[in-house]
Amino acid sequence: MDERLKVKLGNWELDNPIIPASGTYGFGYEFCEFYDINILGSIATKGTTLEPRFGNPTPRIAECTSGMINSVGLQNPGLDEVINVEFKKLAEVFHKKVVANVSGFSIEEYVECAKRMDACDIVGIIEVNISCPNVKHGGMSFGTDPKAAYEVTKAVKDVVKNKPVYIKLSPNVTDIVAIAKACEEAGADGISMINTLLGSRFDLKTGKPIIANVMGGFSGPAILPVALRMVYQVYKAVNIPIIGIGGISKAEDVIEMMYAGATAVQIGAENCRNPYVCKEIIERLPQLMDELKINTLQEIIGRAHV
Amino acid sequence: MKSIQNYEVLSNEYLALDIYKMVLKGDSSWITNPGQFVNITIENAYLKRPISICDWDENSITIIYKVVGFGTKQLSQKKVGDVIECLVGLGNGYDIENINEPVLVVGGGVGVPPIYGLAKSLVKKGVDVTAILAFNGQENAFYLKEFEDLGVKLHVCTMDGSLGTKGFASDVMKNENLCDMLYMVCGNVPMMQSVFKASNHNGLLSFEERMGCGFGACMGCSCKTLTGYKRICKEGPVMKSEEILWTKD
Repeated sequence: MDERLKVKLGNWELDNPIIPASGTYGFGYEFCEFYDINILGSIATKGTTLEPRFGNPTPRIAECTSGMINSVGLQNPGLDEVINVEFKKLAEVFHKKVVANVSGFSIEEYVECAKRMDACDIVGIIEVNISCPNVKHGGMSFGTDPKAAYEVTKAVKDVVKNKPVYIKLSPNVTDIVAIAKACEEAGADGISMINTLLGSRFDLKTGKPIIANVMGGFSGPAILPVALRMVYQVYKAVNIPIIGIGGISKAEDVIEMMYAGATAVQIGAENCRNPYVCKEIIERLPQLMDELKINTLQEIIGRAHV
Repeated sequence: MKSIQNYEVLSNEYLALDIYKMVLKGDSSWITNPGQFVNITIENAYLKRPISICDWDENSITIIYKVVGFGTKQLSQKKVGDVIECLVGLGNGYDIENINEPVLVVGGGVGVPPIYGLAKSLVKKGVDVTAILAFNGQENAFYLKEFEDLGVKLHVCTMDGSLGTKGFASDVMKNENLCDMLYMVCGNVPMMQSVFKASNHNGLLSFEERMGCGFGACMGCSCKTLTGYKRICKEGPVMKSEEILWTKD
């Protein structure tokens, strides 16, 4: 382990800033066949709802230039199963704390999920997803209005006593800074950003949508500049840590994201394309830091603003 | 065991309309069952392309694929000696370990390749194999000789009647009294559904879906079954007829 990669996310010291993003890494153990997942900074676990969900009809995946659209729709086995089965299985192979991603269709559901996650030893951060583009009535609708974002954050913060609460923001908004500020004002301990961008693809031969739900969340290297811009804007406006997400596929992208203001990063779509990507980034970072004359990652957070 | 491996193209030949056969030199030790697949890296494409294994020996794997778009078009242009990268060790495949009774294998179109590996494995075990190969027409047909060489009882049918019997695989089943056999099928959904309905026996069916990762992480290819939600790439692609949600009528 390289000490120079350590970052402090609030009071939590991560061995490195690399965290696989929710929804692209399951509950971790699928990746044990490829490498020892304990090299990761942490893992953001699959978005969890109170009740089990199958999610959306298939096809759920469409390829794009430098990215992909998914419309999985929060498929997950439900809060009880996640806590009693998935977290236990994960704890057998992963010995660090996780970022527990929760979602809901009402404020009450977010509150219940967050409250239960607050009592789990394995949970380091509760990540409240108010930005899923793939579910109706809920998900993103809480993340596109500052007032609704404030209310969810406040309600969750009122019941969560132990763990830091991070709010995962949607880029599908006019002013992400206003949403981030509302979350901070409501007591959020940090911001995760960005979730996917809404997108569509159509079949050239049939003219029909490729995704059964027509629209889905676009992610992959193509969205990196959007994520960098938004992290930069939000870093300027808030005083809580940011986990930078969106289009990261290599060590260089991690450095850029940290310059923009991220304390840690999440890697999403790239895990689907290359199951080894997180390992490759962690191994490449020290070398890249030498090339760029960077001593520690902690010291480059927000460098773009200096 | 899943891993990323490089394979050298030994041959890449045209078999039938839009259908190509590629033999790749490299590791086959990960193959535990016929019907498993590889996920092939394509230059300038974001996602890999899942293609089933048709045949293998100690030092090579054979895939047969249909050119349907950008990715498979590129595959068809690969030359002998080119190297392609594959994520291997994917899918459950057909579990034939405890199969001793006669088996009806049914392949439709580009569903024929995994059925070849399956038939070959069954024959090797000493199982009595009857095969139905179904194509749209003669121009789409391939691998008839290879199936004949396995020594299986072979039936061929086409939609337009240009080769073999005119009609569906399920018509052949009815006409040849094959409806009471254990069946193993791979093809498009309407074809597999007609086999499922025509049969009085249980069977194994191999499904296809647009995939994100191919190894169970993204939930992109999930389906509902009587035994819960399954990922086509991980718990599948082969499902038991007892667990799928279709009805006989």
